[in-house]
Amino acid sequence: MESSLAPLIAASINAGTPLMLAALGLLINEKSGVINLGAEGMMLIGAVIGFAATVHSGSVPVGFAAAACAGMLLAGFFALLTVWLGTNQYATGLALTMFGAGVSTYIGRPYEGSSLPGGKFAIPGLQDLPFVGTALFKQHPMAYLAMLLCVLVIVFLYRSRAGLVLRAVGESPASAHALGYGVRSIRTYALLFGGLCCGLAGAYMSLVYTPLWSQGMVAGRGWIALALTTFATWRPARVLIGAYLFGGVTIITFYLQGQGVAMSPELLAMAPYLATIIVLVLISRNANWIKLNMPASLGKNFRPS
Amino acid sequence: MLKLEVRTSPSVAMSWLAPVFAVLLTVACGALLFLFLGKSPIAGLAAFFWEPISNLQGWTEVGVKVAPLLLIAVGLAICFRANVFNIGAEGQLVLGAIAGSWVALHLNESSQGGALMIALSLGAGMLGGMLWAAITALLRDRFNTNEILVSLMLVYVAQLLLSYLVHGILMDPEGANFPQSKLLDDGFLLPILVSGTRLHLGIVLAALASGLAWLFLSRSFSGFKLQVGGMAPLAARYAGFSSRKSLWTSMMICGALAGLAGVCEVLGPIGQLTPSVSPGYGFAAIIVAYVGRLHPIGVVFSSFIMALFYIGGELAQSRLGLPNAITGVFQGMLLFALLACDVLIHYRIRRSK
Repeated sequence: MESSLAPLIAASINAGTPLMLAALGLLINEKSGVINLGAEGMMLIGAVIGFAATVHSGSVPVGFAAAACAGMLLAGFFALLTVWLGTNQYATGLALTMFGAGVSTYIGRPYEGSSLPGGKFAIPGLQDLPFVGTALFKQHPMAYLAMLLCVLVIVFLYRSRAGLVLRAVGESPASAHALGYGVRSIRTYALLFGGLCCGLAGAYMSLVYTPLWSQGMVAGRGWIALALTTFATWRPARVLIGAYLFGGVTIITFYLQGQGVAMSPELLAMAPYLATIIVLVLISRNANWIKLNMPASLGKNFRPS
Repeated sequence: MLKLEVRTSPSVAMSWLAPVFAVLLTVACGALLFLFLGKSPIAGLAAFFWEPISNLQGWTEVGVKVAPLLLIAVGLAICFRANVFNIGAEGQLVLGAIAGSWVALHLNESSQGGALMIALSLGAGMLGGMLWAAITALLRDRFNTNEILVSLMLVYVAQLLLSYLVHGILMDPEGANFPQSKLLDDGFLLPILVSGTRLHLGIVLAALASGLAWLFLSRSFSGFKLQVGGMAPLAARYAGFSSRKSLWTSMMICGALAGLAGVCEVLGPIGQLTPSVSPGYGFAAIIVAYVGRLHPIGVVFSSFIMALFYIGGELAQSRLGLPNAITGVFQGMLLFALLACDVLIHYRIRRSK
């Protein structure tokens, strides 16, 4: 059992990393009171831009950087429309997702089906430890950066003045405005951070997790990341746990197939989506609990008058 | 410098002009896009907006695409008016296609088809779509679960289910292991309206749905209650209108129409169940619904525009050598353009001194 459990944990972390990256970005968005349903689109664009940039530059970090910039560009456009022009956040996010799906398919045509050489990574010294070496210390550097990002988000939100202001903007934009904070600028920064994270998450999919480009490869992970913020009741630490759990659900289906479980691959592939629904049902059942934790202005635009 | 100034009251004229502006803006952006891609903008725009409607054959093909888009958009318009954010119509379409073709394939074993058999298959498709929509409605109703995420997750589940079935029990045993069902007999296919083309009965059903939905929303009490619940939930509660009822009504109507769209695709242009029964009609219909101002008659015009985008994408591929993914780019641009133009309903542009 031990010999198979450690790789399983490692694979779950690998599969959970893009979910966590995206969900952390979306968490910051939502803490400021903006919901961006364009996560899926930003991830798709991040995946294809990251892939193309890596193919042409030969460097994975350049790919990640390009994807982060692309994500921020899209998020900036989203911010312009919703925060500054006051369009409906839900509809604008959907438009972003559809636009991203179309544009990524278009850009990705020359790369369709091609793949990158997958690298092997390990932390020297720690990788030889029994069990935990395989389970935890053979990830791509980006996976560790994602964990670090989670810690940084926790510190930012709960231990810094800027984080407090961000949360205040999300809870009561009118009060924050009255105190002299630029609600719309703060929301724009939050959205840019969200775009950066979603771009990185998409690039992680196409550069590390698979590593290839095929159209629509994000396959709903942007939406699962959105569900994760609710699942985590808007707490970054719970986002981390949730993302790895969802990664585990994805991996366990591959594992079961490998073990020769007589079930069709299509039915097994439903697992993450069904798990998302089940988790949402469990968490949403108690309406008061959601209300207590959700940023009070989530989804509502603010216009200083 | 120009600046935005709040209007004292929302402009009614602008709310109807915004979709027109949005289409024009999309066309302009499209021309720039073609220029940027090194293609002639005139040839590009002609492929999208002139060639599809330059002859009768083209018009009938537009009609083939309008049918599913209009059916779904009418359902979505009702949902969105009730403030029910059902964005998983694609899944409801897929389930309609599965249920309808399952029944049709089953009946096809002992029957040659005919009006009754077609009606049974269409009914099954509608039930399939309603069943799928009912999951979302039930979870929202009983457990307060976000319908956006649930309906979307169910799209992926529906597509995987479809793939499972056409690789398994619905696969044509004599089909050389291709993942698709048997071809249905001609007696099961929807009647063709213009001989020699693919234009089928679906467009009539869609027009009927649009008319009935207009009657429902503007002339019936339950349609009124549903819209009050969407626009002013507190007022609706004060008046004693049940929000649960409008959730269920709107979801069931939308599920039935999306399911009907799915089964019409199978009994219409495709003739069998395949894994790619819909090129994203369920998502495109969201844009159609918004561009049509969530009005059951307005969506007739916007579904026409969207159908042009679909055919234009195919033509751009054959005429200009552009991948037909350009359709998706146009779809996204149209919704962005609409949202941007909608700003003019509440604001006007003034020159600031």
